[in-house]
Amino acid sequence: MGSFKEISIHHASGHSAAVPPAGLPTPARKPVLATAAIPARDLAYSSFVNYQLDKTTLAYDEMFESPGVPRPHYRALHQTLLGLPPEELRKSQQAADLSFLHEGITFTVYGNKEGTERIFPNDLVPRIILAKEWAQIEQGLTQRITALNLFLKDIYNEGKILNDGIVPRELIYSCRHFRREMRGLSVPRDIYVNICGTDLVRLPDGSFAVLEDNLRVPSGVSYMLANRKVLKRVFPTMFQDYGVWPIDHYPQALLATLRSMAPANCPLRSDPTVTLLTPGVGNSAYFEHTFLAQQMGIELVEGRDLLVHNNVVYMRTTSGLRRVDVIYRRVDDDFVDPLCFRRDSILGVPGLFNAYRAGNVTLANAIGTGVADDKAVYAYVPEIIRYYLDQDPILQNVQTFLMTNDKQRKHVLAHLDTMVVKAVGESGGYGMLIGPHSSAIQREAFGARIQADPRNYIAQPTLALSSAPCLIDGEVQSRHIDLRPYILFGEKVTLVPGGLTRVALPKGSLVVNSSQGGGSKDTWVLRETKKGELRGANGAGFETFVAPADTPADAPV
Amino acid sequence: MLSRVADNLYWMSRYLERAEHTARLVDVELQLWLDQSPEAGAGRWRFLLEALRTPAPSEHVDPASLVNTLVFSRANHSSIVSCISIARENLRHVREQCSSEMWEQLNRLYLEVMENQPEDSWILKSHSFFRAVQEGAHLFQGITDSTMSHGEGWQYIQLGRYVERAETMASLTGTHFKRMALAPDQAVESAEYLEWVGLLRGCGAFEAYCKAYTAEIVPLRAAEFLLLNPDFPHSVRFAVDRVNAALHVIGDLTERKAKLPVRIAGRLRAQLSFSQIEEILAGGAHGYLENVRAECGEIHSAIQQIYFDYPVESEMAS
Repeated sequence: MGSFKEISIHHASGHSAAVPPAGLPTPARKPVLATAAIPARDLAYSSFVNYQLDKTTLAYDEMFESPGVPRPHYRALHQTLLGLPPEELRKSQQAADLSFLHEGITFTVYGNKEGTERIFPNDLVPRIILAKEWAQIEQGLTQRITALNLFLKDIYNEGKILNDGIVPRELIYSCRHFRREMRGLSVPRDIYVNICGTDLVRLPDGSFAVLEDNLRVPSGVSYMLANRKVLKRVFPTMFQDYGVWPIDHYPQALLATLRSMAPANCPLRSDPTVTLLTPGVGNSAYFEHTFLAQQMGIELVEGRDLLVHNNVVYMRTTSGLRRVDVIYRRVDDDFVDPLCFRRDSILGVPGLFNAYRAGNVTLANAIGTGVADDKAVYAYVPEIIRYYLDQDPILQNVQTFLMTNDKQRKHVLAHLDTMVVKAVGESGGYGMLIGPHSSAIQREAFGARIQADPRNYIAQPTLALSSAPCLIDGEVQSRHIDLRPYILFGEKVTLVPGGLTRVALPKGSLVVNSSQGGGSKDTWVLRETKKGELRGANGAGFETFVAPADTPADAPV
Repeated sequence: MLSRVADNLYWMSRYLERAEHTARLVDVELQLWLDQSPEAGAGRWRFLLEALRTPAPSEHVDPASLVNTLVFSRANHSSIVSCISIARENLRHVREQCSSEMWEQLNRLYLEVMENQPEDSWILKSHSFFRAVQEGAHLFQGITDSTMSHGEGWQYIQLGRYVERAETMASLTGTHFKRMALAPDQAVESAEYLEWVGLLRGCGAFEAYCKAYTAEIVPLRAAEFLLLNPDFPHSVRFAVDRVNAALHVIGDLTERKAKLPVRIAGRLRAQLSFSQIEEILAGGAHGYLENVRAECGEIHSAIQQIYFDYPVESEMAS
């Protein structure tokens, strides 16, 4: 890692003499940095020369309020980037990439034999979220996960919401991820979804909306942590100026959540044995599985390490068999138990579901949670929130057309070129049609598929995802991004302040999934300042820190 | 500790040790090659392949084919490239069990080794490659010792390393004694001198030998040093002592009175501790060392049977 030591932050000389614009206080101890206007001589080597605001789609730009004028909280970052020659930026990026490669922070690409390990492209320009924006996200997501858990409990038990006709019964029963095996089965604390990753997008007006919920086995949190670690090494000084909430405690919070889910029959409820079940080294998220197991200090097990005897799960250790109480499973429902679900699964544990049903082991997330992140059920989430919590949704949904509805289907088929069509049970960017980027032949084929199986598709208007500055070949260019915060639900709801900001790396692309050529960048949630002033606005900020001891680490709502 | 994890750590360690051993030997051979006539060289290649228990790639063995087999071949699971890849793959399966530093070091070594291609001119610059492999392995061991808890997992790493070392050292010295006509207690002549120096260097023992016995090479002393010296880390006895120690600790940690591996290893240790080199040579060093190899194999099977791959039924009954 020696190369990191050589990287330093150079401020372009001359900035310190610039005059601060009116209205901003002059910090006493630091040189004043120029803000809005870029001095003309900088343009010769400015990394921003090719930065274009997306005028056609009116996408919200995270950094600039208008061309060349950064938003207040991005000013300090903007200045730093201006001061770095392209060569320096390129070198920093290479150093970061190398560090990812050496640490083996990779994901596996399916269907590609040679070089199956690839680094997840990382972008060094952080994305900044204001304290007040985060507060809204946190409240909105807490509300959502609470409601969705009540919904899951309801549909697997009494089914009141179906009886009341809020959500159509056939929608639930026709869902591929509905597990009738879960009917009438009670789960610890009545919590079905313990770990959730919700994809948010920022709309042109600057507000956040939920694009989809991931309630099965959401991944990516390790990249969130890795991005932060690498950025701290490359741009250490930036952090001091900004006052960014730390996120390093995620693994502890996850462990606490899992431990709180110990089953009723656990011999020692205060100290349950927690394990992480991985499909194995060939899985695309294997790095993440090892990383989380290591950070939590729990055993990473594969199906072949576990066995079930008298409805109790054991793992095979060098000191003999040891009882397992909680399994954080990163294996899909279909594969967890060949006796109950897919018979050809060699990833699972025969008899595991029976042990689960007997209350001798907890699976997190529960089986059958996929019914609530079905993309057609998604359209009903605002109603679900109102039904169970009697509240208005804090985070809006994206307008969604159900293909089972004749009127809506006709509308969509007539306007396919402006729509994004998604298969309801898929994730990872598979099975999608992006209307504006599609050919007439693709649209025709998709139209036919929709007609043939309307339940399997939904459509949404093509969204102008917000865009943010990214380092591309030593230059700063704008790319579309989204945001996936991770929500933990055990004894309480916990969100670490931040998330994975995914980047659609190809120019103009709207698809951020890693499997489709996406990358990611660090996400900064700024601390509230004492006087409510904006951090990063004047390159200062030390003076206005709220002492960390006064604020809880993860600020639960 | 999960049986699978213990198994992975054990094999990772064995393969890394094997890579280091092979790198050291081939490096020494390629240097000795410069000092020798072509005929003598060809004989040495065969000896080297036999010592490494690798079938000769063809009738006529030359440095290029030798390097190909021992360094690059994927078909040969004991080639350096294979060993490093398998060691890394084993560690990748149990990444969460080792420290991040360990993984990073082995991964870096792997990436470095993979950059090499079997080209014509490769042999000329091969020395730096072999050094890198040896240093990479040493660095890994050092990192392991200073960043990983010396608990059960660490003990399996020790176990794998020293079982492998005892076996490869017994094989190397055994092959050597089979080949060399011995006049045990006399200093060797110049023609044979190279062979003995080659053996000592191949074990990384030349300097340590000189400190103990001066630079005069006496076969009896060399044999004693490589087989029975209690302090030199590459002697057979040293390795077996460590196997013993690790097995005892593992037995205590797992609370399994695993008599079988401890018994075999203890017997072997006693033999090496109380044997005299004159007796061993009188009884035939090659045969003696073949026996040591066989015992190592038995220890390995016993470890597998008790810790890694035990039948579940017996556990349920107890």
